[in-house]
Amino acid sequence: MNPFVPIDTGSGFWNPLIWVIVFIIALLIVYVIRGLGRGDYKKNTGQTKPFLSGNVVENDEQLHVKGGNVYWGFTEAFKGYYDKIKNMHTGDTRDYVLWFLVMMVVFFAVVLGVM
Amino acid sequence: MNSIITHSPALLIAIPLFAAFITPLLSRIHRRARDGFVLIVLAATELLALLLAQDIYANGIRKYVFGATLPSLTHPGTMSIPVRIIFEIDGLSIFMVLISLTIAFVAAIYSSSFFKKEDGLDRYYTLLLLVTVGMVGMELTGDLFNFFVFLEITSIASCALIAFWVDRGESLEAAFKYIVISSIGALFVLMAIGFLYGQYDALNIAALANSIQFTFIDKVALVLLLAALTMKAGIAPMHMWLPDAYGEAPPSVTIAVVAATQASLYGVLRVCFTLYGKGLRLNMAAVGWTLIGLGLLTIFIGVTMALVQRSLTRTIAFAAVGEIGYMVIGAGTALAAGAQNFATVALKGGVFHIFNDVLDIGLLFLVAGAIIYATKERDLNNLGGLAKRMKCTTVFFLIGLLAVAGMPPLNGFASKILIYESTYQLNPIISIIAILSSILLLAIFVKIFYSLFLGPELPHLRDVKEVPKGMLVAMAILATLIIIFGLFPGYVLQTIVDPAVAALSNPTSYINAILGGA
Amino acid sequence: MIYNIPYIAVILLIMVGLYAVVFKRNIIKMVMGITIIESGVNLFLVTLGYRAGGVAPIFTNLPEERQIPGQLVLPIPQALTLTSIVIGVAVLALMLALAIQIYRQYKTLDVTKIRRLKE
Repeated sequence: MNPFVPIDTGSGFWNPLIWVIVFIIALLIVYVIRGLGRGDYKKNTGQTKPFLSGNVVENDEQLHVKGGNVYWGFTEAFKGYYDKIKNMHTGDTRDYVLWFLVMMVVFFAVVLGVM
Repeated sequence: MNSIITHSPALLIAIPLFAAFITPLLSRIHRRARDGFVLIVLAATELLALLLAQDIYANGIRKYVFGATLPSLTHPGTMSIPVRIIFEIDGLSIFMVLISLTIAFVAAIYSSSFFKKEDGLDRYYTLLLLVTVGMVGMELTGDLFNFFVFLEITSIASCALIAFWVDRGESLEAAFKYIVISSIGALFVLMAIGFLYGQYDALNIAALANSIQFTFIDKVALVLLLAALTMKAGIAPMHMWLPDAYGEAPPSVTIAVVAATQASLYGVLRVCFTLYGKGLRLNMAAVGWTLIGLGLLTIFIGVTMALVQRSLTRTIAFAAVGEIGYMVIGAGTALAAGAQNFATVALKGGVFHIFNDVLDIGLLFLVAGAIIYATKERDLNNLGGLAKRMKCTTVFFLIGLLAVAGMPPLNGFASKILIYESTYQLNPIISIIAILSSILLLAIFVKIFYSLFLGPELPHLRDVKEVPKGMLVAMAILATLIIIFGLFPGYVLQTIVDPAVAALSNPTSYINAILGGA
Repeated sequence: MIYNIPYIAVILLIMVGLYAVVFKRNIIKMVMGITIIESGVNLFLVTLGYRAGGVAPIFTNLPEERQIPGQLVLPIPQALTLTSIVIGVAVLALMLALAIQIYRQYKTLDVTKIRRLKE
């Protein structure tokens, strides 16, 4: 059987082979554009380091954004929602069982009421 | 060869079960003998499952009667109802068995080099093989009470494995919550089985599916089964045990528990599509809409809570909760849409996503385990700049990240596009929330990738080394499968997923295989 | 009506068990609650098999030539209940072992304080 057969969703198809071909063409274009650049720079001197407005940076470990703080803006903007949902995850075992009973009542209402 | 295939349903249970109790004897000889034995047993079981899969795709449903003179003698003598415990294996069962055995094999490879100086490892391998037995039994059986027994075996063995690091209080707390939730859920499943038995005097799924009507007692049994099995599968708002259990267990245990959670999701599919399937598919639309609503809630809660976690494994666990929502959306759309042709596409997407999710989340958990092994740190705030020293791990994490977020050409995209395109035709809002949450998943894992792997080296992490070969081999197996499933999704769909979806959409063939076409 | 009393007892046992799991703070009491729910479900299974005027379903030793299967109690629910009792014992042992280890780590048995894994 042909291993490259596309998958047929109801309203379209997806063939990763076409994606790979397009990606390779894009990589070739990138390579060509890179080859059009200038090659007369001095390697391994200050010309290749990032420019930080002339400030001297000694220990860049201090500048590393820690993992817990990366999306601070997003979580700050959604503070109302996050407070509610963090209070829902109490960590108390009894609440886990209570949610199970609540969902059982919801399922009862759906199955016995509607069907 | 033919008799091996005939007896393979029993062998798939018997070989790991027998090996589970031989393993502590072998560990007296040497540690390596025990590791090698477990790997050989799991590889042999997987080969057997592949042979059985080939046979099922060629010849249809296979049944196996325990204790009869012939393995296919479901009605001995002049009986008019099937007797004895019967294993009935159709396309969906063998699909889930392949998932479970692949994950167990990868977990065993990973464990053989992750645990260096722990004691109690012979009990660990026994329990790992017992979890495998439980999952495979849940997926192969055609008898409801047998399903309950294997469900309990899986829960008990998984709970003991989650508490493996008994010197950390968090592991014990997670295991306690897991066993409380599991046993309450399983007791309600048993009560539902009691209701169905009292009504129809049958425990066999095919016999029950043939004679089920939608009386009040049957509706009560449906509610109990659905509530308990969806809680075991981790659907919001009953999902809160999942991040605790996944986040505190050793990573190879976590991927085995992920596969066990998917086995509970298999239970949901079996109940909704086969047990209450014949002639009642039209009535299950309300259940389908409820599953869609719960699936959307699961995706949203899982993905948004994953952004604010501080522990590495707990973040990936919340992302796993979100991924379960995608499968439930697919199944719910197939129930709610009835006979329209996007219902089959949705079910294909949902079922394919089960395999893809297990592979992607499994790879991410194994990478998290590698980081914990190398740096002994679990907190995201204390890690950084690992890409220079752990190159292979970085590549594997990148593959896992792109796969989980649904980036082409990896396998997450292949199943997610099926889900998006079919749920869009049911109601566009479902598809919109699913796509936005997929973008948030990308955000979460790019955050982890940036803060963990890129950036300058932190001073207290200057001497981390790459992890040992066994763990790299396990991660490489999962990454290879991810890439293969991503580059050849059509082939995988036609070979493995289409028989599973055909088996689900056609409960009559399931019933006729046992009851003989009456 | 008198044949419905075991079913009412089942409902009461399950409600008492759920009350103990949801509203009690001591984890040993939660474990006891789960065991009470399990007793209720086992009672339900055994009661399903009762047939009025039946004898014990021992096939080879029937008194006074009773007809099978009309005047025997059903044997299958008894097998299901035995299996369920054994599973319940295993789960109970595991939960109590975990409770002992939790006490060693947390120094308390109060479930509102065993909550290091929250949010």
